[in-house]
Order: sequence, then C-alpha cells, then structure tokens
Amino acid sequence: MKDGWVMVIGLEVHCELKTATKLFCGCPNLFGDEPNTNICPVCLGLPGSLPVLNERAVEMAMAIGTALNCEIRPSTFHRKNYFYPDQAKDYQISQYDEPLNANGYLVLPDGFRVGIERAHMEEDTGKTSHAGTSGRIHGADYSLVDYNRSGVPLVEIVSGPDMRTGEQARAYVTELRAILVATGASDGKMEEGSMRVDANVSVRRSEDEPFGTRCEIKNLNSVRSLGRAIEYEAERQIALIESGESVVQQTRHWDEDAGRTSALRSKEEAYDYRYFLEPDLVPLVPDAEWIDRVASSLDPMPAARRAALVDLFATDGGVSDAQQDLVTTVVDLSLDPLVIAAASAGVAPSLALARTANEAAKSAEAAGRLDPASFVALLALEESGALTATQAKTVLAELLEAGGGDPAAIAKARGFEAMSTDSLAAAVSEAIDAHPDEWSRFCQGDEKDEKKLTGFFTGLVMKATKGQADGKAVAAELQRRRG
Amino acid sequence: MSTPERLSRDDVAHVAALARLELTEEELERYTGQLAQVLEHAKDVSSLDLSGVAPTAHAMAVVNVLRPDEVRPTLDRAEVLAEAPEVESDRFRVPRILGEAP
Repeated sequence: MKDGWVMVIGLEVHCELKTATKLFCGCPNLFGDEPNTNICPVCLGLPGSLPVLNERAVEMAMAIGTALNCEIRPSTFHRKNYFYPDQAKDYQISQYDEPLNANGYLVLPDGFRVGIERAHMEEDTGKTSHAGTSGRIHGADYSLVDYNRSGVPLVEIVSGPDMRTGEQARAYVTELRAILVATGASDGKMEEGSMRVDANVSVRRSEDEPFGTRCEIKNLNSVRSLGRAIEYEAERQIALIESGESVVQQTRHWDEDAGRTSALRSKEEAYDYRYFLEPDLVPLVPDAEWIDRVASSLDPMPAARRAALVDLFATDGGVSDAQQDLVTTVVDLSLDPLVIAAASAGVAPSLALARTANEAAKSAEAAGRLDPASFVALLALEESGALTATQAKTVLAELLEAGGGDPAAIAKARGFEAMSTDSLAAAVSEAIDAHPDEWSRFCQGDEKDEKKLTGFFTGLVMKATKGQADGKAVAAELQRRRG
Repeated sequence: MSTPERLSRDDVAHVAALARLELTEEELERYTGQLAQVLEHAKDVSSLDLSGVAPTAHAMAVVNVLRPDEVRPTLDRAEVLAEAPEVESDRFRVPRILGEAP
C-alpha cells in the first residue's frame, strides 16, 4: 500500500447451500447436471406457480448466522425486480430490510474482528452463456440460458467496511470458507462458484477521514485473485485522486489474465430494483426453541478446533510457527479428528500432526474417510520403530489409496519387516570395515564432521539394506560403537 | 422514487423506463393522470387513524410456512424447450443482452 493512504475493504460473499432441493421448489440442487433438467413451474416462473420455503435451507442459513455470531431475527422476503434473462420471472426473491441474520462478527486467526452486517437468504440465478467471439456479454450476438441453478438457495454474507489490507481480506475469506464448511451448509468451492466473493474497495488519506467513494469488484474466483484485485483497485483509485481526478462509484470486473479491473457500469445507471414484499411468501419467524436447536446441532468451529490441536502441545511448550501452519492446514482440510484420535491413543502429537498435514493431506478426501483406528495403528508402528519413517509414509499412502486396511498387514505384504538388531549391526559393521578412514574421523571428529559422517554411514547402510534400516537406529548404533 | 404530493410526469417516465415501456408523449400525459388518480384513491387509507395498529408484512397472520427438503419430479426438458421461442444446445436462446448482469 502506498504511503499516506489507507484502504477500506468490505466483502459480500454469496454461498450456495448444500440442500437436496432448491429454495422454493423441489427441483434437485445439483451442480454440473445436463442443462435445463432440474426445472419446474416455480423456478421457471410460470404463471400460477407458488414458492414454498425449504425448511432445511432456513436451518442452514440459521446455522451460518449462529456461527457468525449474528442475531437471528424475524424476517421477510422481497422481490428484487430487474430485466435480465438469468431469472425467468424477472425478479429474484431475496431478503431486504428484514434479513434473517444481522449484527454478527467473525474473528480472524490473528484475533482481528470483522463485523458481519447481515447474512440473508436469497435464490440463485440461472446461468447465462454469451455466444460470440469474446465469451463476454459485449459483442455477443445472443445468449443461452440454463435454469438449473435458478432458485438454488444462497446466503449472502455482508461484512462491515472493516478490513484494511488485501491480506486481511484473504484471511477473512479463508476463515469464512472454513466456517461455512464446518456448519455443513456449504462445500466452499470458489472454483465451482458455490462460494462467490465481491469486494467493495475505497481509499482515504487517514482513518480520521470519511470513507472515500467505493468501487465494487466482481469476478473474483479465488482467494489469490481477491488479494490481487483489491491491491490493483486501491492503486488505481490513489492514482486517480493524486492526479486531481475523482473516483466514480461503479461496479468493476476483475480480469485475472490482464491483472486489472475495468468498469462494468457506474452507479448513475444503477438499477432501481423496486423492492416490494413477496406476496406469495409469509414471514419467517424463528422462535427461541428453533434457534437453540440449530445452535446446539452445530459442530465445533475451525477456531475452536485449531485451539484443540494446539492444546495437545501444551505440555511440550506449545506449537512452533511451522506447526501452527500445519494446524491451520489440518483444520482447513477437516482432518483434525485424525490428529486428535492419534494423540488420545498416546501417539506423540508432533508425529500425528506432521503425518496428517504432510502426508494424509495430499489425499485429503480419502484421508477424511479413513478409519482413524488404522491411522493410529500405523503411527504406533512407526513410533515403536517397527516401521521407519519412509516405510510408514508408504504404508499410509497405500491405506489412503485402498480406503483403509490393516497397516501391519500392508507393511508385511511389502516386506517392511523391521530389521533385526543383528542384521542392522552386521550392515553397520560392513560399512565401517569398508571405510576405515571415515570411521576414525567419525570417532575423533568435531560436531560438524560427525553429523556429515553419520549421514555418510547411514546412507551406506540404507543402500545395503535397500532402505529397510531405520535411520535413527543406524545413528544410535554408530554412537554406541564409538563408545 | 420520492412520494411527492402529486405524481409527476417525470415519475411516470421513470417507472415506464424501469418497466421497459416506450410511451409516447400523449400516453405519458394520459397515464400520469390515471396513475395519479389511483394513488389518490389509495390515499384514502391515510385518512384513517392507524396509530394503534402495528405494521403487518402480510394480510394473513401466518408465519413459517415450510416444506421438507425432498426432491420432487421436474419437468420434461423436451416438453419445456418445445415452448421456448428459440433453443440452442438444450438452452433457452435469448436476444442479445444490453447491459451487464445486475
């Protein structure tokens, strides 16, 4: 950020809910189906059809509100009127002045608190594709519409203008995504569009000044493009102001390839949506009992789960920075139950965390389905020395590929029998006899030399035993012989 | 839109534009009068003393009408698309869109 300037960021996140059906009709809510197969009179807006609210969608929206510390309030639905073929009925049913969730907050991992102004329910639109050379709307000869997505339940989460850096915006989206996934309401897939982010960006010279004129950036398809787009946009606005011009309030499109934003429309031509109460829907008024029931069915949120993992290290003096990153990775991938299971079975937390974050995470989906018992059994084999680290990783990969199994049996089938002490000793003797000079240097050597030579001898033994020897055991044997 | 004492010609032109209606000068004139009359009529309600009446969102005193999240039959695509003015690649083909998505 340029010196002498402060950027102000607010984010609007649309999140598709993982219900079985759409918000107001019983059509399947599925991504990637053949076009126009999940449609009915309601989501096509045919005359005489009537919307009926999906109970599960309401509960998911309430779960999101609860997880974001919102007040859950009596709410109503409105029609947002506009002419655009992505809604067959020429309006979108949304919540306007009485949203279901309001006045919440989200705490970033570093403790920074971002206000949540509201998290309201609305229906998604159909998908338009523009025929023509550009693939974009300008210059298209005509457009094609698929209404499968029309009516899919959404929750729109609007943050306060609280963030000040691209990094905070990225952290907010990352944490929000983790929370949405933890509520079970969303799969949080930005690339499939089930989570869509718009950013409001403005700049000013200091925190004491009123907010500057803002621009809204659309088409942010990843956390990375969010950060890039925000930073580009702030620079653009600063350059405008410094050259004596002023920022025009407008919606801008992020072009990932070009790395820049361009104007879509300015607010002078902003839509007048003529909101009015949806006459076909009655108010949604959750009572305290319902709100409590939804709240008590929520699984622990990512922040609490990260804290639970960190707690495992309390007696070892806490986690290192590197381990803190592994903790974040493990919770983001919802693999923390593996670490917890292993640690409660007596496996060292550092080993459980490392194997989960570094190995299991490579096949996160398979790891999520893995029976924690076989993961624990594997780590126990490694800890006891029956398997070397390399062997344990190989067995884990096979466990994940096969979707489970007995680690001991897999190890045996691969010939990963632990080397007997005798054969290890024989292999070490052989290496020493073949390299007497190195051995005597090892015996007298300084610390640095010793480290290098330990590696040298371990390498020889590994080669001779085709990787079956345990590196730690070889090092111990070398130390023992030196006396 | 503001709510002035009397509906203006500009208000009607604005509403017509939002509804994508192209009105002639003469129509604008006529509808301004007619719409103003409708609003006058609705104004009768404001003459009532409603100070003790809580605002209601709906005519019916019913809330929380919900359905279970269960899949219901969808329409047959061929049947639906047969009714569309134009179809391409199993999608509704619509004329060139002027302006961006809202």
